[in-house]
Amino acid sequence: MKNRIKVLRAEQNMTQADLANHVEVSRQTINAIEKGKFDPSLPLAFKIAKLFERTIEEIFIDESL
Amino acid sequence: MNAHTQKAKKRTIILAIWTAAWLISLAFVSFSSELNLESHMLTLAATLVNLIIGLGMIWANRNYIKNLDELQKKIQLDAMAATLGIAVVVGLSYSLLDINNIIPFDAEISHLVFLIGITYAVGIAIGAKKYQ
Repeated sequence: MKNRIKVLRAEQNMTQADLANHVEVSRQTINAIEKGKFDPSLPLAFKIAKLFERTIEEIFIDESL
Repeated sequence: MNAHTQKAKKRTIILAIWTAAWLISLAFVSFSSELNLESHMLTLAATLVNLIIGLGMIWANRNYIKNLDELQKKIQLDAMAATLGIAVVVGLSYSLLDINNIIPFDAEISHLVFLIGITYAVGIAIGAKKYQ
């Protein structure tokens, strides 16, 4: 699954560690999500969406659709 | 290092302390004959202490796993699944080799524990590398 986290993070001048701190996961998890190696759970996706004030669909793109 | 990582580090240290205490108490019971603990009561007491510390280690491990984030839990689950499968399959094959006298030595439980440890460590390393 692709996502726009890296772009949104850059827009807000936020590091991976800052984002990880906000959503209470490790920096490695944010890195794996950004690279598309790991798909977050729905609660974590909601937390990220809420932080960036976007909907989940605006951040995560399902390539199979 | 963020707050989550700091908490995880603290729980890792707590787990390491429990594990070290359990290993020391296990070694104490294992080598009790060499320590001249001829009293059965003393050996029984040392075994009970080992068991209680073991329960503490299980609690610390549960607490450690419970507080990992979702990716870390996935890495742990993958490593544990591989460890369980390999331990059962290889362990039983190894036991059969011993029963049928194909290997010249006894299949000891310590060999299985060693295999479990190595498989789990390799599984964690592969998982960490995969999601790097």
